[in-house]
Amino acid sequence: MHDTPSETRRVRLSCEEADILLDNLAAHYRLFAPVRLPGRGRFSDQDAIRYAEVHTVHEIEHARRSHFSPKEILFPVSQTLFYLMDDALQEPQDDPRDMLVFLRACDIHGIARLDDIFLNNGPEPEPYYARRRARIKLALLECRHSLDEHCFCVAMGTNRTDAYAMAVRCDEGQLLVEVRDDDLRPALPASAAPADFTPEFPTADPQPVVVPDADRLQSAIRDHGFFAHPMWADYAKRCIACGRCNTHCMTCSCFTAYDIAYTEQPNAGERRRVWASCHIDRFTDMAGGHAFRDENGSRMRFKTMHKIHDFYQRFGRHMCVGCGRCDASCPEYISFATCISAISRVLEER
Amino acid sequence: MTNPYQPQPAAILDIRPETAIDTTFRLAWDTPPSPGQFYEVSLPRLGEAPFSISGIGDGYLDMTIRKVGRVTEGIFALQPGDHVYLRGPYGHGFPLEQLAGKRLVIAAGGTGLAPVKPVIQYALAHPERFNGMEILLGFRSPEDILFREEIAAWQQQAPVHITVDRAAPGWPGKVGVITELLPGLDLAPLDQFQAVVVGPPLMMKFTVRALTERGLCDDQIWVSYERRMSCGLGKCGHCKINEKYVCVDGPVFNFTEARWLID
Ligand SMILES: Cc1cc2nc3c(=O)[nH]c(=O)nc-3n(C[C@H](O)[C@H](O)[C@H](O)COP(=O)(O)OP(=O)(O)OC[C@H]3O[C@@H](n4cnc5c(N)ncnc54)[C@H](O)[C@@H]3O)c2cc1C
Ligand code: SF4
Ligand code: SF4
Ligand code: FES
Repeated sequence: MHDTPSETRRVRLSCEEADILLDNLAAHYRLFAPVRLPGRGRFSDQDAIRYAEVHTVHEIEHARRSHFSPKEILFPVSQTLFYLMDDALQEPQDDPRDMLVFLRACDIHGIARLDDIFLNNGPEPEPYYARRRARIKLALLECRHSLDEHCFCVAMGTNRTDAYAMAVRCDEGQLLVEVRDDDLRPALPASAAPADFTPEFPTADPQPVVVPDADRLQSAIRDHGFFAHPMWADYAKRCIACGRCNTHCMTCSCFTAYDIAYTEQPNAGERRRVWASCHIDRFTDMAGGHAFRDENGSRMRFKTMHKIHDFYQRFGRHMCVGCGRCDASCPEYISFATCISAISRVLEER
Repeated sequence: MTNPYQPQPAAILDIRPETAIDTTFRLAWDTPPSPGQFYEVSLPRLGEAPFSISGIGDGYLDMTIRKVGRVTEGIFALQPGDHVYLRGPYGHGFPLEQLAGKRLVIAAGGTGLAPVKPVIQYALAHPERFNGMEILLGFRSPEDILFREEIAAWQQQAPVHITVDRAAPGWPGKVGVITELLPGLDLAPLDQFQAVVVGPPLMMKFTVRALTERGLCDDQIWVSYERRMSCGLGKCGHCKINEKYVCVDGPVFNFTEARWLID
């Protein structure tokens, strides 16, 4: 781990003190955290866990993974790029307040992946993302162990992080807090009792996942026709191209920009960008009816390669951060973690 | 922070139909792109789409557009004096420095001719910078032939071979796919050649294969890829092939790179 700033404070807060901390933080920051939305889950008797603005500690869901990732705070499902009034394009005003986001270690790594695309890929940073990115601070929600059977952050090397402004552990109704960021420290209540707390990280995945070596994989693709391997045909039969794996993923960053005209005022409208998914039809459709990756197995292959090969070749680290949301969200019970290990097995067998 | 999505208005100077469905729009524009780059063109409330440059001149750009959907229908409804909105230029164009001093083979299929037309015009305007050029053009039918006047002028300066996939009786020219033009080419000395191949995916695949079979090395071949694009800025992911983004790493690729772009 890096040196921690000398001014780092570690405290134990009672429930009331924890809410004072949040109140104090809320004076300057909008606070975002995973919250439980009763009955809004995938099946009618399940809760949904999603990111939302919070004001008290008990609203924060500490125990479970959020179904949708925190990426939507930086990269909303739908975002207006311009208001279009006759021939004028007007950039919308974004909420100017700073934000503090409570999130897991894998998701903190996930933000670094989004940075690679939105800030570092192509000729210049993306201003809509960059503006929000400059306004968020990260609060680590400690995972001492994997949250459930879908996690594989240890295999992806994203189980640990020190890229946080503060860290919290929920401990029997109390909150253990480490504050590293100068701006956040004054928000601690004066009564806070010192405590010996630095976050712990998971050290084993519930199911071992073997990540293939990217250079061996490249050679399999280039020299041994790996894209034609029968394993992809298998996914063609199972995947229904619903795109849930993409929309739930922390690191999927694709979008499509399009224009709308308001029906009641056709000379006005918006240019928006909305999340796009490489599993869904039309992602690659071209004029003249040509499309690439027509069947679902090759889409699974395309996504998988992006996550554990292509991105690595471009940016030197894997895109996938092992958050497990794709596996938890697939209606066909397709496991991406299993797919990664299966690729490793194919490379071994060669 | 500047906003790279912010387009600039460009006035339509002239509109020239090429075929029943393709029309060249001349736009007032001061900063010239390199041949092979593209722009994102938009009409507010209809949308945005990428278009190549089919001509570059003093204070103007040409785009040759096929009417296929919302944006292109909107553009086709405009008159000279109306505006479209441009952002760009984007991507890497044709490597004129690496082509300099070489004998060029230009093979273009259909609307693929649009982005290479400025290369042809540049080479013909500066014959001293190149060591000759052969132009191979394939179209679906005689009615689909683009840039008829320009081609007639090129024929005065360089060999131009044209073939069409099919033609009504009475067409005096060749019928057949573009690869059938290759065996007749004199490619000696081989190392003096550089080839540019642009067209539909299958046309490019077979033309490149035929050129390598004739002995050209991968690094002597340049292709330009089209993908469905949205941002043009390396962000939206639509144009990604393996670890490359066609909008920023391409659209023009040397075949040493392009041969690994497997989709
Ligand atoms: C680098 C590049 C250069 C191009 N140059 C030219 C050119 O010089 N002349 C020309 O006529 N066309 C060119 N195109 C294709 C042009 O961008 C598409 O035809 C575009 O879809 C037209 O927009 P539209 O709104 O009229 O069609 P839409 O209503 O969007 O759709 C019509 C059809 O085009 C498909 N499509 C939608 N968006 C795109 C997209 N961004 N790229 C490709 N297909 C798409 C749709 O799936 C549909 O099948 C180029 C494309 C690229 C990527
Ligand atoms: S691919 Fe799956 S495990 Fe990897 S980051 Fe995306 S949702 Fe998480
Ligand atoms: S969630 Fe499952 S079925 Fe849906 S697109 Fe992803 S892999 Fe296919
Ligand atoms: S067009 Fe958006 S990444 Fe290339």
